[in-house]
Amino acid sequence: MKTNKTPLFQIRPLAAMAALALGLACGAAQAEISDNVVRIGVLTDMSGAYSDLAGPGAVVAANMAVEDFVAKQKPAFKVELVSADHQNKGDIASNKAREWFDREHVDVVTELVTSSTALAVMKVAKEKNRIALITGAGSSRITNEDCNDVSVHWAYDTYATGNGTGKAVVKQGGKTWYFLTADYAFGQSLEKDTTAVIEANGGKVLGSVRHPFPSTDLSSYLLKAQASGAQVIGLANAGADTINAVKQASEFGITPKQTLAGLLMFITDINSLGLKATQGMYLTEAFYWDMNPETRAWSKRFFERQKKMPTMVQAGLYSAITHYLEAVKAINSDDTQKVMAQMKKVPVNDFFAKNGKIRDDGLMVHDMYLMQVKKPADSHYPWDYYNVRATIPGAEAFEPLSQSRCPLIKK
Amino acid sequence: MTEIFGVPLLALPSQLVLGLVNGSFYALLSLGLAIIFGMLNIINFAHGAFYMMGAFASWMLLTYFGVGYFGALLLAPLLVGTVGIVIERLLLQRLYRLDHLYGLLLTFGLALIIEGLFRDQFGVSGETYEVPEILTGAIDLGFMALPKYRVWVIGVSTLVCLATWLTIEKTRLGSYLRAATENPQLTQAFGVNVPLMIMVTYAFGVGLAALAGVMAAPIFQVSPLMGSNLIIVVFAVVVIGGMGSILGAIVTGLMLGLIEGLAKVFYPEGSATVVFVIMAIVLILRPAGLFGREK
Repeated sequence: MKTNKTPLFQIRPLAAMAALALGLACGAAQAEISDNVVRIGVLTDMSGAYSDLAGPGAVVAANMAVEDFVAKQKPAFKVELVSADHQNKGDIASNKAREWFDREHVDVVTELVTSSTALAVMKVAKEKNRIALITGAGSSRITNEDCNDVSVHWAYDTYATGNGTGKAVVKQGGKTWYFLTADYAFGQSLEKDTTAVIEANGGKVLGSVRHPFPSTDLSSYLLKAQASGAQVIGLANAGADTINAVKQASEFGITPKQTLAGLLMFITDINSLGLKATQGMYLTEAFYWDMNPETRAWSKRFFERQKKMPTMVQAGLYSAITHYLEAVKAINSDDTQKVMAQMKKVPVNDFFAKNGKIRDDGLMVHDMYLMQVKKPADSHYPWDYYNVRATIPGAEAFEPLSQSRCPLIKK
Repeated sequence: MTEIFGVPLLALPSQLVLGLVNGSFYALLSLGLAIIFGMLNIINFAHGAFYMMGAFASWMLLTYFGVGYFGALLLAPLLVGTVGIVIERLLLQRLYRLDHLYGLLLTFGLALIIEGLFRDQFGVSGETYEVPEILTGAIDLGFMALPKYRVWVIGVSTLVCLATWLTIEKTRLGSYLRAATENPQLTQAFGVNVPLMIMVTYAFGVGLAALAGVMAAPIFQVSPLMGSNLIIVVFAVVVIGGMGSILGAIVTGLMLGLIEGLAKVFYPEGSATVVFVIMAIVLILRPAGLFGREK
């Protein structure tokens, strides 16, 4: 496994002297940042199933965050970025995190797509008293059963994406549902969460089929869904399974007669499937590049480097790293508990989130957006994929704190 | 409505037809594997990668050169077959006298490298390949609307499988091939160019995988991982049919497609496992496979 070290900001000697002088002038506060370097470790899937939605693009976003922070805030400390491939395996992820914390003095490990790697690294972070900022993984366990006080779940969770889409589709008239569910923990919890939302809003679930993970041919299951006569087919799966299901639904003429609802989809999935197969689908995302001038400006910079528009995971990573670095600068310390307190105190306000707030269970609550995929004729330029149908306020989008299963929350 | 085990009877035929489509892919792929193993004694683990290359070749032909589906059906197997020739000449031919394991390791390594290169270039989400215009739409079978393209897949693969089997079993060329497998030295002594024959056989097996890839492109997402998802099942098919048995590969491929289709109706959770359960049972009762001969 390789580790890419990218020293991003080498303070020139003169600047270092000036910074030192300034530090001395302000008292001994400077000494609080250990060896005067803040090290950020991006641990992600560089080549596997999630490398398009996170992966190399996440490293690009992290680099941008550090460069922008250094250029704008001119910190007195150095910021270094390291990255590694966790291959979607929990053991590799936790070993790498341990090595980074112990030997390379990494202060914060971030990205962590795939829930198993996120849960594994959170434990190591707690043990070593360092921070884990999770943007890629989706499991709602991260801020419930497995929550801790050194982790933040930044971009989205399965509750928010399933909930947002489920509720919106029922409200728009999609009353009867049938689920295609990936037969493992992630798919099952997605189905369960969404079912609750559908029923609470007056919809009805006619049935579900659990398919093995991964499956290439989903047409058998789609025919069952077709025979059920449900208005909406909920896809409680992810990645290649979702992509193949969408493709085959269009081949069998199931869409557009029945609507598909992707309970966890990313813009990279839509890009790879094309609008012809995905038009009309509803999905919930935390971010879309083409929402306002701010998101467009950032995303175009990202596009110049990566040749793809950012996913909510990649944009969220930029936001998380920036918020972290600003907290470190504000209190002039990289002490885990102090930084966590500062991050929770200050709301998140950037192109990714408006008035985002980190709760005590570690969930960064922010608005989510209900998207509908455009018809090919309505798409006028590359990556013009979504109509934003609704903004789901953070308080509605995420599981309320009153239902939290996180031991840190005293009821 | 009549039901068996809580499943409406009407749903059965449609699932069986779908099983047949998947079976056609298994048959095509395992046929190539069986030929390569039968003739070269190489367990070609790179087969899934060649299948993926076939799908990508058709996508690239369309995207970069404007060559449509039917052109790709011919060109992609030729292109990928040429890659097979290069691999055979440069690497594989050095391993024929060694244990099977060396061939397996080499081709496994090749598969990882090829997949890695495609992943680096195209990412994992893959590309979309449309069903050719003339084959879009569906045929109403009464119990289901079957997309025309799927009918085409069953037709083409049955034809190709049959033609391959006839060539190997009934023609002079086929008899040379079989002779070269049985006893290469003696066959060479009769003036048959055995190394050339082996090279062509490998290229043909690889070409079959690529052909399956082209046919899969409009149904499945063209993605660097599509081969590795399928290859394990295909190996199970070859083992059940009997390593190296041509007829075994074809019949078992179709049969397992059907059984998998049934599993998807009655117990979808087990549909990925059923092939391996059958493999275990067959290995206990007939270690050489259903159509294999004990050596």
